[in-house]
Amino acid sequence: MSHSAVPTSTGPTDDTPALEIRGLGKQFSLGGLFSRESVRALHGVDLSLGRGEIVALVGESGSGKSTLARCVARLERPTTGEILLDGVDVLKRDRFQASRAFRAQVQMVFQDPFGSLNPAHRIEHFLRRSLTIHGKTGGSEKETQRRLEELITTVGLQPDMLNSYPHELSGGQRQRVAIARALAVEPEVILADEPTSMLDVSVRIGVLNLMRKLRDDKGISMLYITHDLASARYLADRIAVMFAGEIVEQGESLDLLANPAHPYTQLLVSAVPDPARSGSYDPVRRAELRQAVMASTSCAFDGDPNQACSSEESVRHQVGDPENRHWVRCHLYRPWAGAGGHALAGEPALPANDTEMKASA
Amino acid sequence: MTVSQTSFGSHEPVLEVKDLTVKYIGDTRSTTAVDRVSFSIGTGEVFGLAGESGCGKSTIANSIMRLLKDPAKIAGGSIRFGGKDVLAMNTEELRRFRWQDVAMVFQSAMNSLNPVLTIGEQITDIYTTHAGYSRKESLHRAGQLLELVRINPSRLKSYPHQLSGGMRQRAVIAMAVALKPSLLILDEPTTALDVVVQQEIMAQIKELQRELGFSVLFITHDMSLMVELSHRMGVMYGGRIVETAKASEIHANPQHPYTQALMGAFPPLTGPRVPLTGLAEGVKFRNIPDLAEVFPGHFVAPSGDSPAITPATLEGAAQ
Repeated sequence: MSHSAVPTSTGPTDDTPALEIRGLGKQFSLGGLFSRESVRALHGVDLSLGRGEIVALVGESGSGKSTLARCVARLERPTTGEILLDGVDVLKRDRFQASRAFRAQVQMVFQDPFGSLNPAHRIEHFLRRSLTIHGKTGGSEKETQRRLEELITTVGLQPDMLNSYPHELSGGQRQRVAIARALAVEPEVILADEPTSMLDVSVRIGVLNLMRKLRDDKGISMLYITHDLASARYLADRIAVMFAGEIVEQGESLDLLANPAHPYTQLLVSAVPDPARSGSYDPVRRAELRQAVMASTSCAFDGDPNQACSSEESVRHQVGDPENRHWVRCHLYRPWAGAGGHALAGEPALPANDTEMKASA
Repeated sequence: MTVSQTSFGSHEPVLEVKDLTVKYIGDTRSTTAVDRVSFSIGTGEVFGLAGESGCGKSTIANSIMRLLKDPAKIAGGSIRFGGKDVLAMNTEELRRFRWQDVAMVFQSAMNSLNPVLTIGEQITDIYTTHAGYSRKESLHRAGQLLELVRINPSRLKSYPHQLSGGMRQRAVIAMAVALKPSLLILDEPTTALDVVVQQEIMAQIKELQRELGFSVLFITHDMSLMVELSHRMGVMYGGRIVETAKASEIHANPQHPYTQALMGAFPPLTGPRVPLTGLAEGVKFRNIPDLAEVFPGHFVAPSGDSPAITPATLEGAAQ
């Protein structure tokens, strides 16, 4: 593909999503071989990724974001559910492990660019290896060389860096190499697990802009996993909020962050430092939010905002204009894992209602 | 906010750094990591230092604690703490100065706890070693200290791995304020934590600061976080301070192009989605001149046309 690639439209162009996850669940068993104990890391996750769409998955550490990515990348075998690529269930197609065809469709970019490149090889090695394994060398050495140079310039590096070793590059440059390596196989979907969190501020935006450009130029769909809400808003078309192994809210990025409906999303948004916000943050309000997350007793969304929700099961409520595809999971049903495995449960109560919080813990 | 805790006049700054220059001296060449940096921190004031990796923020913190090791050398300038010359202290004076006068919370401090000792053992250690309390008295105070950062005193018996990352970080902060230092240095205290926990830690620090009245030197690359916590701040680039003013003033009206670029490196959470350039390759400054006052209390390094770099100006400047 040359630089003058035909720009594909940003929205989904086809009815079949590039990637669709249905009812994905993952349990990790604890203890020995015969132990029945297990931890539920994911439960009933539904998520779809349109063609050329960037979806951000946000949530606190331990909420299951990375487990979801590892399941989709077939590094972890999900307990239940389906993963559909172009409408084909890959869990059925390649029963035991990911096939090469699967790897050519889905590529991953990891958090740590210092750990994902073997220090003993030159940059050229990583890219050439991807091309060779997936049969994209183009036949002649001259063509391979041309493709290598094209790859490295696509991610904004100089062709002479092909001869560098990873330690000679900065963190941002290494992450660009990791992206180039993913691009080498011309994937349809890239899973990026916190690709900027280990990078210095000075290069973060550059990597995000590169991801956006790849989507615009090549129509690659991306699942962007992060705990940085501001960068999710900057890059993604849609945001899915994950809490304790379940997606609790999903919607168009700007709409979701402007009108967060789930108390957990509200808590996340309120925790982002923002000097432009009028006044400092309100500890009483936050303690209330946390309590609503941990032990919710009411849900305001039942079509009519003035009427309390009376749902018998954990349904999804539409929020606002249907065009924004913004829904929130019923507040009444908190995730099972809410019992104490995550940061919110172990944290201290805020001064304002100390005793109340203790009672709820 | 109590001023009486400090042994000197209330108008004198707690910490005064003047023309501090630190060099890393190599075999063939030496690098100036901190270049003629001056700032002061008043009693009960929170002063922030912002900048990207490698701009010299942490080197400054380590200079104040006198923790610099070879090949780093303080090549010039002075650091005065409450009127005392920190750079002239001998080993015994330093021992008292560290932790009692100035305490520091390091980057990823939660991993700096000793994994084979309980939290209680590590906190009582501070009291028995530095304050000379009995074991029983120390244990009692350790419990109070944990309560101060809202950790249940029963956790004294826990080992570090039994606490969450946020709790460990709070325990480290509790240990830092155990001896009621007059200055607390926070070097990227929340970098490894997620937003909810980060906000809780910052609220905790604010509250402790209000209660105990210490001054804070707060180092981070997160401009929004810094503006929220700090009274005054300085922006560093290439070892120099390029802008210093009240934090709200810098946020509202950044003057130096680097400050503007650094603020542009963080996408906003409100307003329309506009493409950001971040700190592009174009943002490079050489030979940054001294600060000049553009508004009352707002100092900016002039950045118009950078003066030509000649070996003479570089040499002369480093003296």
